[in-house]
Amino acid sequence: MTRAAWGALAALLVLAALSLIVPPLSGVDPLAIDDVLGARLVAPMARDAAGVLHPLGTDRFGRDVLLRMLLATRISLAVGIGGSLLATAVGVLVGAVSGWWRGTVDRIAMAVADALLAIPRLILLLLCATLWRPGISTVVVVLALTGWMSVARLVRAEVQAVASRPYVEGARALGVGEWRALWRHVLPNALGPAIVALTLGVGNAMLLESGLAFLGLGVQPPTPSWGNMIAGGRELIVTAPWVALAPGLALVATVLLCTVLGDALRDRLSGDGVRPLGERT
Amino acid sequence: MRALIHRCAESLLLLWLVVSLTFLLAHLAPGDAAELLVSPSASSDEVMRLRRTLGLDASLPEQYARWVGGVLTGDLGESFALREPVRDVLLRALPVSLGLGLTSLALTFAIGVTAGLYQAARRGRWPDRLLTAIGITVFAAPSFWLALALVALFTAGASWWDFPGWLRLPAFGVRSPASTATGWRAMVEVARHAILPVTVLAAIGAAGIARYARGAALDLMASEWVRTARAKGVGERGVMGRHVLANAAGPLVVLFALALPGVVAGSVFVEGIFAWPGMGRALLSAIAARDFPVVMGATLVYATLVILSNTLADVALHLVDPRRR
Repeated sequence: MTRAAWGALAALLVLAALSLIVPPLSGVDPLAIDDVLGARLVAPMARDAAGVLHPLGTDRFGRDVLLRMLLATRISLAVGIGGSLLATAVGVLVGAVSGWWRGTVDRIAMAVADALLAIPRLILLLLCATLWRPGISTVVVVLALTGWMSVARLVRAEVQAVASRPYVEGARALGVGEWRALWRHVLPNALGPAIVALTLGVGNAMLLESGLAFLGLGVQPPTPSWGNMIAGGRELIVTAPWVALAPGLALVATVLLCTVLGDALRDRLSGDGVRPLGERT
Repeated sequence: MRALIHRCAESLLLLWLVVSLTFLLAHLAPGDAAELLVSPSASSDEVMRLRRTLGLDASLPEQYARWVGGVLTGDLGESFALREPVRDVLLRALPVSLGLGLTSLALTFAIGVTAGLYQAARRGRWPDRLLTAIGITVFAAPSFWLALALVALFTAGASWWDFPGWLRLPAFGVRSPASTATGWRAMVEVARHAILPVTVLAAIGAAGIARYARGAALDLMASEWVRTARAKGVGERGVMGRHVLANAAGPLVVLFALALPGVVAGSVFVEGIFAWPGMGRALLSAIAARDFPVVMGATLVYATLVILSNTLADVALHLVDPRRR
């Protein structure tokens, strides 16, 4: 891995650590609304009526933007990692089964994947999120439901390629069962693309979550996520731009770090191909 | 020719799969439209009555047949919120989105391909690095946030930094409020309103296209014929124009197919924020009002656009690449 990639990984870990450590240490409840009039819409680096410094200002309920952003980091990272992990897991399972057994199962799975891929991911995501009740677990499930297809295609191709190698034939000749051959001999050698897709998927999932949250279909307030914080700052964009701009910058920086990390992993694990243009918000 | 017919049949099959899948998704969801539409205090009697009016009391195969039949005849049901046929709502919105989308797509291509080729020619040097950094940053930004940032810049920012008159771009709507302009004046007005939304869409699109074009150009530049051209003394310009670009027709067509869904989906938020009355805004207000028929209809239209553009790209690939004939 390159130095940039190690730097990105370190930065992501620091961000995660900060989001876990700082809010409890601050002794302030970032969700509580107390002195709305004295503390609302304080500009960045200014003090409120009680003399408390707000490095990134406050929102319209007088809540500290920096603290809420750090809390939102937990939620957004968790949703991004959870959504991408679940999508990749489903994709690996479907891809492995349909690449190994082929036949009817393969044809049905790939037809469903093709049909889902024909709907832009954001639209599919909006459709699903409208049909189910919003919340963190819904977002993760819906992210998985709309994101497994490309992983399944990658893994399927890889499994088919690995399955024809001599050592797999050798294992089967020794009487190793189908599942065991797939699990022990084929899958470990076919996971490269899935790992890359997982890393790049984290950034993508965070972007999509923010899109859902922006429309009120994602994580529900008062629990902060970057998306619903941006949504909360939408009407204030002219009078108090920091409320929407700060969480947006945090989101851009985090997705950027995930991209750098994913790119480096891809160069390392596959060494070929151009990143496909993913769906984005 | 046979390959083309085969391809079109495949697309139709795919479209049918999408139609079935949207039906399946709608029915997998907990509860149905009737439960969501009535007020929480409504009696179960009222829910039943509404279910009957919406045709939700029929058996699943019956409802499926009605849905597929409706799609085939262009009847997508009636909007809950607007009380008019979904088809009319979408037909009104589609031209706005197509205009916005095609303009952005053209710009996306012009900027993305130019930037990608330029980067490939200057590989590893600072212009390449700078453009790569800008590209992945834009690609990491959600479109609604970029749009909001532009709105902030051209409303609060414009008065803060005292922008000159020509730079004071309108941030909302297609026309100015109470505008009476006609003819070319009206066109100029619409064009000025389009600058900000098109900028966001084209910036995001171009970031992705430049990345792909750079990679494709680098692959081509490593090929034997480019080395031969260099060896016989063709200049840098000639190599890029005659040898690299000429062989890039295939990848470019693929790019078109890849770029369209992005622009279409990206326009959902952009239309919402800049108040453009297109498909995206129709979809967003339908979601807010839990207006399922419109959401399902819009999904189908988006999927049709994607399938259509993929098919067209395949056909075009067939036409531009003599090796495929």
